[in-house]
Amino acid sequence: MNPTVARLTLRGLLGRRRGALLLVVPALLLLVSALASGSSGNEHDLTVKILGQLGLGTLVPILGLVVGTGVIATEIDDGSIVYLLAKPLPRWQIVTTKLAVAIGTTWVFAAVPTLLAGLLLYGTKDGVALGYTVATLIAGAAYSALFLLLGVVTRHAVVAGLGYALVWESLVGNFVAGARTLSVQQWGRSVAEAVAGDAAIGADVSFGVAVPLLLVVTVAATVLASVKLAGLTLAGEE
Amino acid sequence: MATITIDKVSRWFGNVVAVNDISMAIGPGITGLLGPNGAGKSTLIHMMSGFLAPSTGTVTLDGAPIWRNQQVYRQIGLVPERESMYDYLTGWEFVLANAELHGLADPGAAARRALGLVEMEYAQDRKTGTYSKGMKQRVKMASALVHDPAVLLLDEPFNGMDPRQRLQLMELLRRFGADGRTVLFSSHILEEVEQLARHIEVVVAGRHAASGDFRKIRRLMTDRPHRYLVRSSDDRRLAAALIADGSTAGIEVDERERALRIQAVNFQGFTTLLPRVARQAGIRLYTVAPADESLESVFSYLVSA
Repeated sequence: MNPTVARLTLRGLLGRRRGALLLVVPALLLLVSALASGSSGNEHDLTVKILGQLGLGTLVPILGLVVGTGVIATEIDDGSIVYLLAKPLPRWQIVTTKLAVAIGTTWVFAAVPTLLAGLLLYGTKDGVALGYTVATLIAGAAYSALFLLLGVVTRHAVVAGLGYALVWESLVGNFVAGARTLSVQQWGRSVAEAVAGDAAIGADVSFGVAVPLLLVVTVAATVLASVKLAGLTLAGEE
Repeated sequence: MATITIDKVSRWFGNVVAVNDISMAIGPGITGLLGPNGAGKSTLIHMMSGFLAPSTGTVTLDGAPIWRNQQVYRQIGLVPERESMYDYLTGWEFVLANAELHGLADPGAAARRALGLVEMEYAQDRKTGTYSKGMKQRVKMASALVHDPAVLLLDEPFNGMDPRQRLQLMELLRRFGADGRTVLFSSHILEEVEQLARHIEVVVAGRHAASGDFRKIRRLMTDRPHRYLVRSSDDRRLAAALIADGSTAGIEVDERERALRIQAVNFQGFTTLLPRVARQAGIRLYTVAPADESLESVFSYLVSA
């Protein structure tokens, strides 16, 4: 961790319009939960739907995308990354610091509201709220690492990230069962199911597979981002 | 004392060759990297500052490779051409952050010293986003100088500056050059380069066109054959009178344009000869226009020389 890199990254992330954008995600989740908790019906099903599909399935990847790319892609785009890179700093230190900021932000803006929404909807029954919170913590970290990597390797990180989260995880994953094995969202569900001990959460990937895959993706994305950042090219502007 | 050595370096992007087999050494003092836009100056500076790998050849700082070697930044200060620089920070915060990132023992003192060097203390508490172009340039300089580097690389530092800011920056760079630092800056304006740099490297279309003392470069540029388009009251009689003098190499009568195309050997000689000959022969001059005065044509002459 480099405190200066962390400070610059955090200010860039939370300052300006993006800071407000980040608030939309928890606000939406809490608003929907508050509305739903007043309605009658099967509370358990409702909670699983809101926390699973809206929270873990949609809002967490979108937040991860905004944050993961926001901690580095913006600086690469506008060229200000030069001021970090023209320093005798190990590249992995820049990447891990930015990743830590991204994960922390995702936790604050996604995991905390998930816990609150879960408690609001279903209380502490069956450990559902806790299960989804842990899942959001872990999936949020994996998304952050993945989207940070995208920010380093492509100038179209947001498009590529949306492609992964919406097209692959949601669209393809809906129709092709095999695609669900390679999906951060499904790994998260598997974690939620294991923590809550609740088969209704409906994970498609077993816990024993999900955890190693989450670890591998997070670590590999971080290592690759460090290597790619060390060879970052400022090219072809003439 | 630090020297950047570029040895048989080429760089291409796909099919486009941006830098073509260039070798040069940039030593202490001020060096100007001169060339028209798109000549490969930025590509060269990117390679010298470790932000681009050469396709072939090597770029080294005192023998150590620059590409993928973060330790060189202890000696290199880079002033990039682009302006974005965390505009939500104040000038002070920005320079201080740069000092911290270098791991300096006393970043506060280093930032104060650097801001003092560029005389930006008066605006250091304003956000850099509110700065004028010249102020941004100076704060960028401060960020590059914060660790007292032996090498300073500046990509088009005078772009968009007003004359006063230009003079200030030149004065500052002169001081660094006099301190024995290695200062390299790029520009596409000859006058700018020769005011500041004793040593000039000329790059045209990715090739190393000329290298040396500014007087030598100036001579190369003014001694080349100059072409003029001249219209007068009697083109043929004027042509006959001009060709008798040694400073004219060739004259073509362009019937369609109703003008003379004159190739002069000696720039100085021809410009005094033409009005004198015209007056003696009682010929009126209607048009005297240089036919190839654009910088690009001057540069391309240097390449073919």
